[in-house]
Amino acid sequence: MTPSGLMVIPDALRRVPCDHRGVSPARPPLQRQRDGALVAGVASGLARHLGLEPLVVRLVFAALTVAGGAGLLAYAAFWVFVPQVGGDAVPSPGREQLQVPALAALTLGGFLVLHEVFAFPGGSALWPALVIGIGVAIVWQQADDAQRRRWLGANDGSGTALRVAGGVVLLVSGAIAFVATNHELTRTMNGIVAVLVVAAGLVLTFAPWWWRLLNDFTAERRVRIRSQERAEVAAHLHDSVLQTLALIQRRSGSPDEVQRLARSQERELRSWLYSRADELPGGGLAGALEAAAASVEDEHGISVEVVTVGDVSLDEHVEAVVRAAREAMVNAAKFADAGLVAVFAEVEDNGITVFVRDTGKGFEPATVPADRRGLAESIIGRMERHGGVATVRSVPGEGTEVELRLPRALS
Amino acid sequence: MTVPRVVIVDDHQMFRAGVRVELADAVEIVGDAEDVESAVQVIRSTAPDVVLLDVHLPGGGGKAVIEHVSATTPEVRFLALSVSDAAEDVIGVIRAGARGYVTKTISGPELADAVRRVADGDAVFSPRLAGFVLDAFAGSAEVRVVDPELDQLTTREREVLRLIARGYTYKELARRLEISVKTVETHVSAVLRKLQLSSRHELTRWATDRRLI
Repeated sequence: MTPSGLMVIPDALRRVPCDHRGVSPARPPLQRQRDGALVAGVASGLARHLGLEPLVVRLVFAALTVAGGAGLLAYAAFWVFVPQVGGDAVPSPGREQLQVPALAALTLGGFLVLHEVFAFPGGSALWPALVIGIGVAIVWQQADDAQRRRWLGANDGSGTALRVAGGVVLLVSGAIAFVATNHELTRTMNGIVAVLVVAAGLVLTFAPWWWRLLNDFTAERRVRIRSQERAEVAAHLHDSVLQTLALIQRRSGSPDEVQRLARSQERELRSWLYSRADELPGGGLAGALEAAAASVEDEHGISVEVVTVGDVSLDEHVEAVVRAAREAMVNAAKFADAGLVAVFAEVEDNGITVFVRDTGKGFEPATVPADRRGLAESIIGRMERHGGVATVRSVPGEGTEVELRLPRALS
Repeated sequence: MTVPRVVIVDDHQMFRAGVRVELADAVEIVGDAEDVESAVQVIRSTAPDVVLLDVHLPGGGGKAVIEHVSATTPEVRFLALSVSDAAEDVIGVIRAGARGYVTKTISGPELADAVRRVADGDAVFSPRLAGFVLDAFAGSAEVRVVDPELDQLTTREREVLRLIARGYTYKELARRLEISVKTVETHVSAVLRKLQLSSRHELTRWATDRRLI
């Protein structure tokens, strides 16, 4: 490919919005126009974009084609990459008639180039090749139409099929004639050449079709993914928020219940919206504490606010801390008579510290009945078994704070 | 003591109405707004003491309101409110100049107290904000330290933040540490200043890792 052929493609791909540079806002975008097209609308589209006469552009393409074939390649590249727009109107019959000699000229030009450049066996093979060219051109032309009508899904599918079939018949018969005229030269090669020619013809014919089909699929997939996401959001909101709102309306007589429902819905929605990207695999301390707080909120109808700084993976010792913390939250819910429990966990280099605090009625640690196993067993005993310490500070009338500490060496 | 004049900025009409009722006895509400543009107008025309500012607002968020207003009327103070726990949003609005952050689940009396505090020029830290700040200033900085004084919290400041994160009010905290409430406020204001001026926030994990969907 010549440099000139290479350089036009990026421009075509970029399709710079015209008002972007503020030079001439009237400049239309680079698009292939259905109306005004002789072959595929490349020259007329380019002319409109550049503000030139279509004839000038066509002459440039022709000149480049004659001088080494770059024009043909550039034209093909534009055809493939520049989208076609407008022109839902059927082209006038006059136009159609004009297109035939244009296609023929293009094919003849292409053949002459091949003849010059590759010392193609000329003469008798020229006319079969022309037939092939026209066949290809008709099918290519068809690819544009078909795309506009969403391929075969459109109402005039029969006409489309007819035109494709006609193109293919022309293509195959041309190929056979081409091989036949040359058959005395290399009799043994006949079969192979025939297959190669037909295969090459098919590839040439259907390449743009496949290309466009691929583009269609990508666009369709994007739309499908977006609508799936929407459906997922809608389904989630329906299962969670709408259900809860319905429940709240029915239980509006019970403020505690409404509060609990709202709180648990808020938590659920929040974790869905702001699911933490930094969450440890398998759930870390932070996640486990939040889950524990959530279950206590649901079971005991109080609010538990969890604040964590840093995180650490769960192992049996860390899990013991979470269970002890949960027990402390449950105690606060059951005995403190407080509306809110604050949980603060901090992971540092030298260990884990968790505080569970309420501002409820508090108690005298010395007066806790012996049958209350929760504090002694589930909190203090558990922490000690795992090499940690639990400290309980409580002042009657002011509240209770349980501090759980697990040194790092053990975690 | 004069009653603080307050503007409420929130895009939910129901929330504005609720706050109006809750704060009616404690403050004088001089206006409200539902987006960035109208908020800037209302604040400029009423010059309130405190703006209750939703972090998430149509037209650029609470941050944009602060940025617009502080250019012309720097004496207005902001208290950020949100239902969101996205750390970067909260820290963002604080760094823009808000004097504090509370969640919308805060009770009426607590909110009134927070407004009064902000009106007096103090900082208001919720437990969650204290957690965010501890997170942001956690660990030893392997950073190009521009200003070491701004880049570290003192032991006392950490202690204060930890107690706030544990759910202590300023008063409870002062008693616990055997210092005055005024000293607590001084510490919190110092933390706020560091948060607003330090470059540390850029290095924290939540700034990059925690994202909305």
